[in-house]
Amino acid sequence: MQLVFVQFMTGLASAASLFLVASGLSIIFGVTRIVNFAHGAFYMLGAYVAYTLTERLAGAFGFWFSLVAAAAIVAVIGCLLEMVLLRRIYHAPELFQLLATFGVTLMVEDLVLLIWGPEDLVGPRAPGLAGAVEMFGKRIPSYDLFLIVLGPLVLAALWVLFHRTRWGVLVRAATHDRSMVAALGINQKWLFTGVFALGVFLAALGGALQIPRDAVNHSMDLRIIVEAFVVVVIGGLGSTTGAFVAAIIVSQLNAFGILVFPKISLVLVFIVMAIVLVVRPWGLFGKMPPPAQSTTGATVRPWRPLGRTELMIAAGVVLVVALQPLWLSDYALTVGSELLIFTLFAASLHLLMTVGGLASFGHAAYFGLGSYGAAFAVKAAGLPMLLAILAGPVLAAVGAAIVGWFAVSLTGVYFAMLTLAFSQIVWSIAFQWVSVTGGDNGILGIWPDAFAATPAAFFWVTLAFVVPALAFLQMVIFSPFGYALRATRDSELRAEAIGIDRKRTQWVAFVMAGAAAGLGGALFAFLKGSVFPDAMGIPTSVDGLVMVLLGGIETVLGPIVGALVFKALSIWLMSQTDYSKLVLGAAIVVIVLAFPKGIVGTLSDWRARFEARRAAGRAPAVAAAAAVAAVVAGGVVASVVDQAGPSRDTASQEAQP
Amino acid sequence: MTERPRTSQLDVVQLNAFYGQAHILFDVEFSVHTGEVVALLGRNGAGKSTTFLSIMAMVARRTGTVWFDAEEITTLPTYEIARRGLGFVPENRRIFSELTVEENLMVGRQKPREGAPTWEPEKLYELFPNLAEMRKRPGGRMSGGEQQMLTIARTLMGNPSLVLLDEPSEGLAPKIVEQMAAAILAMKKEGLSILLSEQNLHFARLISDRAVIIEKGRVQFTGTLAELEARPDVRDAYLAV
Repeated sequence: MQLVFVQFMTGLASAASLFLVASGLSIIFGVTRIVNFAHGAFYMLGAYVAYTLTERLAGAFGFWFSLVAAAAIVAVIGCLLEMVLLRRIYHAPELFQLLATFGVTLMVEDLVLLIWGPEDLVGPRAPGLAGAVEMFGKRIPSYDLFLIVLGPLVLAALWVLFHRTRWGVLVRAATHDRSMVAALGINQKWLFTGVFALGVFLAALGGALQIPRDAVNHSMDLRIIVEAFVVVVIGGLGSTTGAFVAAIIVSQLNAFGILVFPKISLVLVFIVMAIVLVVRPWGLFGKMPPPAQSTTGATVRPWRPLGRTELMIAAGVVLVVALQPLWLSDYALTVGSELLIFTLFAASLHLLMTVGGLASFGHAAYFGLGSYGAAFAVKAAGLPMLLAILAGPVLAAVGAAIVGWFAVSLTGVYFAMLTLAFSQIVWSIAFQWVSVTGGDNGILGIWPDAFAATPAAFFWVTLAFVVPALAFLQMVIFSPFGYALRATRDSELRAEAIGIDRKRTQWVAFVMAGAAAGLGGALFAFLKGSVFPDAMGIPTSVDGLVMVLLGGIETVLGPIVGALVFKALSIWLMSQTDYSKLVLGAAIVVIVLAFPKGIVGTLSDWRARFEARRAAGRAPAVAAAAAVAAVVAGGVVASVVDQAGPSRDTASQEAQP
Repeated sequence: MTERPRTSQLDVVQLNAFYGQAHILFDVEFSVHTGEVVALLGRNGAGKSTTFLSIMAMVARRTGTVWFDAEEITTLPTYEIARRGLGFVPENRRIFSELTVEENLMVGRQKPREGAPTWEPEKLYELFPNLAEMRKRPGGRMSGGEQQMLTIARTLMGNPSLVLLDEPSEGLAPKIVEQMAAAILAMKKEGLSILLSEQNLHFARLISDRAVIIEKGRVQFTGTLAELEARPDVRDAYLAV
């Protein structure tokens, strides 16, 4: 009983920071419609800055001043970010903003490393609250009690702000209908900046408040952002009360999960989130979101299948790629196989995201299931490589069929979050079911059969699976099924009115995309010779999103180009610098600003302008040109990487125990 | 560049508007004089709402010039246009449904303006007595007619000198339509200029000085209501009976 009480109090105290971060995230999303991935980074910055300030400023006043000052400093940084970066991309497709804030997160992670070093930093105790209070025969830290009181106080302060000040009322109005607010004479620009600053302030304060409880470290951003997403989704987007209740639920699940269900403690929160989303699709306190801003005219040029010339060029490109083993080194070919695999992964996500309008934040689950499917087939069933590679997509398709059945009843951000939750569930199973999956140690010794043992042979095997799979996905887009899928994306109601079963169509697409990703995963298992839970982790899912967005949402060939550029760039950067995330993040931000339509989208624009100028001129087919450019770029990168020697990262991955 | 026209308060000159590649408005031109009520008439889909949205800079692409109070406002952002005293009451009301009546009015509030009537919540509750009884009620839990009144009151809180009213009688019960006409005439009496769009000629007749008829994105007729009465051919060709 005493233990239960202690855990309960710990859970309540943890809820305070989580509530601050999640309410900030929710407020920002409500007004700007930006899913601010960098929110965890601001939380982490708040903690680091507070640590530095408390080191400098002594005494009780110094400590408390440091916490608030840290939050204020980070809020100013947030303001600058909003004014310099986000203001330019409010009109871009909404996932592009996610990409930009993800780039910022990468940069902050390396900047923190540069400024504060890799060690965990232990902050001071809170002056006056360093002791403990005896309750029910147990000692509860005073600081925890302070946090328990602080949470409701902040909730009350936010309520007053949003209901008793004109600024707050304007924010609530803008959450509902931004353009109407503008028509009433309100300059949204500063409203957005103010909201962003408030959200960042809350996140940074949440981080600063953690320093007397936990060591400050550079992985705290990803942990908190995932939890904050979960809180916001359980509570309901845009509801601060919902964020408060959900923060307590999540913190209590974390506190008691370890005691009651140690085997599934990691996954408990996500199971609860999945249940909430299935029962109450818009969260406990959420309301049905207002209809998304119209996208009419977003895609001015309709898609069309490859013409004859373009098909010939595509065939030529495949041929050129197939000839690469004649001169590339083993290491470059290994990288090449990996590029091909991620091309398929990105293309499968593209089918869901761009064609189906369903942005999955957990697509790596099916990639990972493919890997484990292949691994089980080899280890348990003793199947040869080619059959094992086919077992991967089968397991992935089964997983996707189950998840998709739940997920397609939601759309938009909620769909994204539910898929994220399911991918965490799958990841946790792989991580915690040690007797079957080997847990963190993974499954080793998944090597290709003798005929494909050399990097060149395996490159050809990979190509032989990836190219038909890519061709199949392209065919799907331009099949009657693909048109039906696009219809459900563009207008759910109208699609259903002409007899399309929306849920079934989207479900089938979900399974197809899952199976294709699983094929990539199976190939990946044989490429690496091993399978680890990381393959289905959130970073892998995010990589997929970045690839699709980078190539250009609203384009057909975008994912292929995006995957090649992103993967090649990240592999190359890792071999060149210890601060690859800083460079990669900056590159993403620059690309978002310079090419908001993605690489292929921008090339298409150029081509359209070129063709308009000389109406009769036969401009080179942009699709093929883009593909050629990407292959050339990929080849250049591969050879550069080759000269640089195996990167630390790849070497260490292959040498993992 | 066209010469700036003179005496009127609002001048729309060669206005064209586009949605994506679709061309919606073709060289639309008309004026509203100070203190006047002008009805923009036309069938569903004729381009009335698009004209309003174009004046307010709320469509993606448009060409042409809009003059307001002797200044060109074509290149201004929406909120600046509103701040110059051009009030906009959109179609479909677009009430902030989570906000109470009082809060909806608060969002619309702007500084008093010289040469335009000044509105306070209490004065608006007199103009729309129904609203006075539901100050704390969320906008989402009001009837269509009450919402229509609230959306007009909300715009008046900005103390505009000219109001664009997009289909104020749409979907309202006959009794409410009469109240609405009375309210619009009261607004005119305060010295407001009004441009309203209508499909309902009967309603327009009650309150308007002049009419502009628009069909397929082109202006087909401009004149006083009396001149329109004398042209049954125009009425039959461009207006629903």
